[in-house]
Amino acid sequence: MACNSSSCQSNCYKNDEEYAEDSPSLTDRKLSTSTNGQQNLCVKCKANQPISSASAGAGAGADDAHFCYGCFRRNLYGKFRLSVTSYSMITPSDNVLVAFSGGPASSVALQFVHELQHRAQKNFDANKDRSLPVFGVGVAFIDESAVYPDASEKVDDAIREMKLVVSKLTPPMKQLHVFPIENIYTSDSIEGKDRLTKLLDAANDATGKEDLLLHLRMLALQKVASENGYNRLILGSCTSRIACHVLAATVKGQGYSLSADIQYVDARWDIPVVLPLRDCTAQELNLLCRIDGLKTLQLPNSPPAGINGLVSSFVTLLQEENPSRECTIVRTAGKLTPFHFNRIPEISDCTVPLATRRRQKRYNLKPMESMSSESFCPLCNSPLRILIYRVRTNPKVAKVQDLVVPVVQVAVFRYSPRIPHQWNISICLYPNKWLPGEAWQL
Amino acid sequence: MEEVADTKARKGGARLCSLCDQRRAALKRPKTLEQICRECFYKVFEEEIHQVIVENQLFKPGERVAIGASGGKDSTVLAYVLSELNRRHNYGLDLFLLSVDEGITGYRDDSLETVKRNEIQYGLPLKIVSYKDLYGWTMDEIVKMIGLKNNCTFCGVFRRQALDRGAALLKVDKVATGHNADDIAETVLLNILRGDIARLSRCTSITTGEDGPIPRCKPFKYTYEKEINLNQICTYAYFKRLDYFSTECIYSPNAYRGFARELIKDLERIRPRAILDIIKSGENFRISTNTKMPEQRTCERCGYISSQKWCKACVLLEGLNRVCQSWVLGEAKALIMMAERK
Repeated sequence: MACNSSSCQSNCYKNDEEYAEDSPSLTDRKLSTSTNGQQNLCVKCKANQPISSASAGAGAGADDAHFCYGCFRRNLYGKFRLSVTSYSMITPSDNVLVAFSGGPASSVALQFVHELQHRAQKNFDANKDRSLPVFGVGVAFIDESAVYPDASEKVDDAIREMKLVVSKLTPPMKQLHVFPIENIYTSDSIEGKDRLTKLLDAANDATGKEDLLLHLRMLALQKVASENGYNRLILGSCTSRIACHVLAATVKGQGYSLSADIQYVDARWDIPVVLPLRDCTAQELNLLCRIDGLKTLQLPNSPPAGINGLVSSFVTLLQEENPSRECTIVRTAGKLTPFHFNRIPEISDCTVPLATRRRQKRYNLKPMESMSSESFCPLCNSPLRILIYRVRTNPKVAKVQDLVVPVVQVAVFRYSPRIPHQWNISICLYPNKWLPGEAWQL
Repeated sequence: MEEVADTKARKGGARLCSLCDQRRAALKRPKTLEQICRECFYKVFEEEIHQVIVENQLFKPGERVAIGASGGKDSTVLAYVLSELNRRHNYGLDLFLLSVDEGITGYRDDSLETVKRNEIQYGLPLKIVSYKDLYGWTMDEIVKMIGLKNNCTFCGVFRRQALDRGAALLKVDKVATGHNADDIAETVLLNILRGDIARLSRCTSITTGEDGPIPRCKPFKYTYEKEINLNQICTYAYFKRLDYFSTECIYSPNAYRGFARELIKDLERIRPRAILDIIKSGENFRISTNTKMPEQRTCERCGYISSQKWCKACVLLEGLNRVCQSWVLGEAKALIMMAERK
């Protein structure tokens, strides 16, 4: 189950109304099992002590206190491995890049990927056959000190820590790529910083600026991955973050493209993005970091403002009222129809071993329905729901207008809602790759 | 950048209505944050409702339409605006007021007086149906039995059936309710939070129950609650001096919907169009049509439309009667024990 919570009540529409006479007896039953006999034993293996609330720290759910350390870790790693194999996120011939921010989720992601690779390496060494290679792993950190210039010292310290962390994760060795975010423009740092600041200043809506920064971060990760020969990008997005994204996207009017962002696999990018920790809650990941002593780095950045901040505190409030709310939100959103690019594209490359190709075919269970061509927003790469617009007189401009008017609705309004004509400037300042040349003439 | 600052300064000084540029601006429109005068506000408010009715083909000429009237601001404004537009644009409708008495003392009995006054003021015939007559229980009795946590469920289910039965008694073709944009946005959020994908696909439709005997429509789907009624001075209902009842249901503070409402209020402060964006998202959600949808049958107990063997109202009533019986039995036992001791 996605939520690992013994008190999760399945919220299907049949029993979303709890009758007064049912709910007291239900809670009574749960209380009694926890108080008679199994009080001090892990509920899974019934052998060891559960994680004590002291080491778990504040905010640990009642459920985590029921597992012993071993079962808890096995459970979490199991969820990770299940996602990886079910969606063929990592195959032996891949070269994966782990997006590392220093926070608990990406630390756990890096740790788990390392363990997976380590095990594969051991098997490879022990095996006489050596037919299946071991996948490669790299780590990428996007340096956003251009956006927060006051914090550049802290960022340098953080980078030093990261180098240490990554150097410990051997064998096999992993490369750490530190990529300053202004390099999405050019490798010239000063010009890049200048253009970046101009772009961010053009977005005068707080929420819009944050969203814009997220898109730029993804562009940066894609650039790192493609320039260094990686073919998979791993993000540490967990259930909690996805729940916030579901609500925030609904509030911003992005209901159509929502199902594209929250799946395990997102292959609309050049380098497909995968989310192996999608079934783990932030609480579990925090607990694991605390217990395992995984070093998490607090990077300097402003707390989410505007709509993102509101939604984030709303979800926290809901979690306090019902600890399985995040899982329910993600489960509901999971019922929305995904897009055709929400699965790993089939490998037609003959150099890839046959076993890998066969395994992938088995897991890409749904038949490839007609590859409905989606149009994508030039700024944030979201699938667009194309409506019919008035035909423009200038044919060159018409093509971009078709894309750009929904962009005004979805993306650019978010960046500078009050002054509609300013979005022209935003588009001009955007990294060149995404725009046809004619866009500038608007 | 500078020209924008200039226009802002100009607006700040003179404060003329941004639509007619003649009269003094009386309020800042919650939906678009424009400064407009009273007359333009009425015009734009009524015109938008008319556009919604026409574009979505909500009514046909000659139809009998019942307006779900609770006496609150939404239904009062709906009754007023519908009768106005009916006259002005010749919809050719026969309008009625339909009110439901849940039996909540201190709230519903007061608001019913308001509806009775509306009947006289707007000249629309009124019909009142009560929970006591239909189900044998009032909301006060239900709350006494089950407490304050799930009472809104009972009220909502019972009210829906009561409206349908009242509409059948009036022999109308359609029921119009005063659900506004805020309500629908809250419903979308609630359905996401509760995992109800089936309801999520239906809740943003402007007309529901089209395959049943009496469809229900929501002409106020795109109207902000703040425009119907603001806590400050400027509101449609207030300006026009419409007679309405402005207290909240006494049982509402504990409802789960309160969470969603708080979020929506905060969102509206940051970005007013967020409410319409939520509705747009709800309309655009990709929900596959072959997701398991409930099949439609009739309730074996009362004959009402249902997707299960018994309709929800009958199920709830059965539960209530059982709780009542066990309570009565408990009381009886206590009395017997007391008698034995003596």
